[in-house]
Amino acid sequence: MTGISMVVNGRAVSGDVEGRTLLSSFLRDDLRLTGTHVGCDTSQCGACVVHVNGKAVKACTMFAVEADGAEVATIEGEANADGSLSVIQQAFQDHHGLQCGFCTPGMVMSAAALLKDNPKPTETEVRDYLEGNICRCTGYHNIVKAIMAASGQDVSAIAAE
Amino acid sequence: MPKDSGIGASSKRREDLRFLTGAGKYTDDINIHGQTYVHFLRADVAHATINSIDTTAAAAMPGVVQVFTGADFEAVGGIPCGWQVTDRFGEPMQEPRHPVIAHGTIRHVGEIVAAVVGETLAQARDAAEAIVLDLTEKPAVVDMKAAATEGSTKVHDDLASNICYDWGFVEENRDAVDQAIKDAAHVTTLELVNNRLVANPMEPRVAVGEYSRSDDMHTLHTTSQNPHVIRLLMGAFVLGIPEHKLRVVAPDVGGGFGTKIFHYAEEAFCTFAAKAVNRPVKWTSTRSEAFMSDAHGRDHVTKIELAMDADNNFTAIRTETYANMGAYLSTFASSVPTWLHGTLMAGNYKTPLIYVNVKAMFTNTVPVDAYRGAGRPEATFQLERVIDKAARERGVDPIALRRQNFVTEFPYATPVAVEYDTGDYEATMAKLEEIADIDGFAARRAESEAKGKLRGLGVNCYIEACGIAPSNLVGQLGARAGLYDAATVRVNATGSISVMVGAHSHGQGHETSFPQVISEMIGIPEDQIDIVHGDTSKIPFGMGTYGSRSLAVCGSAMVRAAEKVINKAKKIAAHLLEASDADIELKDGQFSVAGTDKSVAWGDVTLAAYVPHNYPLEDIEPGLEETAFYDPANFTYPAGAYACEVEVDPDTGKVTIERFSAADDFGNVINPMIVSGQVHGGIAQGIGQALLENCAYDEDGQLISASYMDYAMPRADDLPFYTVDHSCQTPCTHNPLGVKGCGEAGAIGSPPSVVNAVIDALQSGGKNVTHIDMPVTPARVWEAMNNA
Repeated sequence: MTGISMVVNGRAVSGDVEGRTLLSSFLRDDLRLTGTHVGCDTSQCGACVVHVNGKAVKACTMFAVEADGAEVATIEGEANADGSLSVIQQAFQDHHGLQCGFCTPGMVMSAAALLKDNPKPTETEVRDYLEGNICRCTGYHNIVKAIMAASGQDVSAIAAE
Repeated sequence: MPKDSGIGASSKRREDLRFLTGAGKYTDDINIHGQTYVHFLRADVAHATINSIDTTAAAAMPGVVQVFTGADFEAVGGIPCGWQVTDRFGEPMQEPRHPVIAHGTIRHVGEIVAAVVGETLAQARDAAEAIVLDLTEKPAVVDMKAAATEGSTKVHDDLASNICYDWGFVEENRDAVDQAIKDAAHVTTLELVNNRLVANPMEPRVAVGEYSRSDDMHTLHTTSQNPHVIRLLMGAFVLGIPEHKLRVVAPDVGGGFGTKIFHYAEEAFCTFAAKAVNRPVKWTSTRSEAFMSDAHGRDHVTKIELAMDADNNFTAIRTETYANMGAYLSTFASSVPTWLHGTLMAGNYKTPLIYVNVKAMFTNTVPVDAYRGAGRPEATFQLERVIDKAARERGVDPIALRRQNFVTEFPYATPVAVEYDTGDYEATMAKLEEIADIDGFAARRAESEAKGKLRGLGVNCYIEACGIAPSNLVGQLGARAGLYDAATVRVNATGSISVMVGAHSHGQGHETSFPQVISEMIGIPEDQIDIVHGDTSKIPFGMGTYGSRSLAVCGSAMVRAAEKVINKAKKIAAHLLEASDADIELKDGQFSVAGTDKSVAWGDVTLAAYVPHNYPLEDIEPGLEETAFYDPANFTYPAGAYACEVEVDPDTGKVTIERFSAADDFGNVINPMIVSGQVHGGIAQGIGQALLENCAYDEDGQLISASYMDYAMPRADDLPFYTVDHSCQTPCTHNPLGVKGCGEAGAIGSPPSVVNAVIDALQSGGKNVTHIDMPVTPARVWEAMNNA
């Protein structure tokens, strides 16, 4: 077992993990931050996307020990300080960008990383960026629309509802 | 003006608040003090005799609590099938035992061979590697037609053959259909494959079993679309636990699409093992396990013949289908290719004679069962593909050929046993022509051609039967359960309401849409109403969510219960207002006496019900809570017309979806935003089936598409924005809301239009390609073009 410590959503945390423990397991099982979801075992689905030192990372592709000393942001830290939804979260609700909610944490964290790098993405840029996030419910229509709306673009021209 | 609340409003979803903040409570988020973890050792061969299993070394590994094998489950029941199909000779289907853990024989890759319960998951997994299996491999049966031949290896030695049933429908029409096809002016024949799919909800299955010795109480937390169905099947048929000692909880569930309807071995195992080790037992499926243990979908091989007279009127349809059951019968497997498929073969058309033959086959593959649409996509695909082919052969416009043969008068009794209560297929087709801008297609094709691309337009109609089902009817057809649903409307003293429903929401947004109905009925704000679902200890005995039934069946039960509540509340109001019951009206949360200015508020009446100081106790009981069970009189029949436009790159065969439009008739719509979302998701799954997805086995029964590296899930950059419309509304005539169901339409209605569009594109490029099987991959398109 190895002792590790990191800052998660602004809070200092520590734990003892095996070398094989994934960051996703450490977040879910040790810290009980169960908003980060695990939807596959080949790093394809993106339900576990978190930010490590400001970069979007699939938490299942990283060992917990690799995140020792890092700043980690998860979906639980995404809302505003007063508990209200962030701009991206609010856009997902406004545009029905989620159904079962399982891929949603990863989608929101990916969207946040995209908009940080590219504040006004085109539809194609959004779709390309989401290549690593699979949703089985929405057909992506309202996710793409929500992210474009969150970037301040007028989405009213996009096919209704 | 769009409404801002109640029926017809696009109310924002209240459940989103927890899902968007990581506060959802899915089954894997449940961790119980003292819990253990199970790792299942799964078969890596498709067919073998188990000579011995040596678990001695594994049992001695660190952290191992107990190791289980098939021998431990000999005394419990097998996993049951919920529907007995009778074959065309009047005999019941062949129904093999489906063990919780393989005992003596392995019949598919992924079947559970042993289970290790450990203190940690890693310890259980490590110990499973120390189990020694002695197997004698047997030839695998994979191809359905080969499985049907005399002398084929049998999946089940104790059965007469690999044929589960040979079903004919309607058997009495067989000779008449044969004659009509002989007499036809033209017959179009098409042989096709409806590709095997994996439902792939993003949340893998999870089960957590708990047992309390002090009161002999079992609790199963599970990823289910229908907790009461699981309690019934597992309690009564597998483990022998009476209902009052078994609680099944399905909390937030991350998508279902059918594959979370069924009762699975892992659920029975965790419930059984929790008692055996006297500690909670948790199982979380990996995605790799999901591919080889979740029931798969589709997998039909079909020949369809469409007969027409000289004027292109449809005169008869004859089909022959091989339907894969896999190695065992999953919960509703037998009903999918029969009663959910044959009964839809009339489609939107007045074909007078239809005969459907289905041979259901056992193979050494994962069980196959309902996946979004379940039988209806298979019916729609073959019908709408053969009509398109017929239009080409006859040189007529495919839309005109469809129009000419539409059912136009309702109710309409089809020759395949069902009666459509209402519909307007011309209206949805006209709406489609408008929203898809069919008139502008020629110009768009010219633009594509100028870029060196081929452009195709594909159109199809669909009809489906939802709201399963009238219990007396499905009982006659072999269902082993009733298919009503139930709701309890509990009005609290201050007027807020909790509604306990049998339906289960795993993405459909019931927590938002169901209160819209109650809000409309009573006239109180939606946020005064909450929905409770997913826990057998809290909700009445309802049958859950599948077959687009939630609102049509459970919603109807909710309306009936609310009507009872309102009737009782009117009596209380009449007492308070010193008027006659018959004169009381309820509007906007106020009870008033007709023709007077006397009124009393909803909250004052509900308070009187629970604080009955001034109350007609001699006539009515205190309290305000009512339950209703609703058993539908008929199925509902959503229908519509879909159009797809594709570009095909003639150099590579790559197909790109350029436009996709859907005009649906769902009857009345409660929340248009949610309905559109359901259609979007269904379309994506249909396009996935048409272009990308394929669950493939090799000839030895090895699953070769067992991860997201190999199974092509549709991703954001594979799909366009969709244009959807549900303004054509012919309300269902037999349920109180006039609703039909919208969950499956997209998946049913979209695959034919995609393939029709690809064929249209290739034909426009001078290639005589008449069919390509799904998924229409670049390789298949390229091959078809270059062989044409």
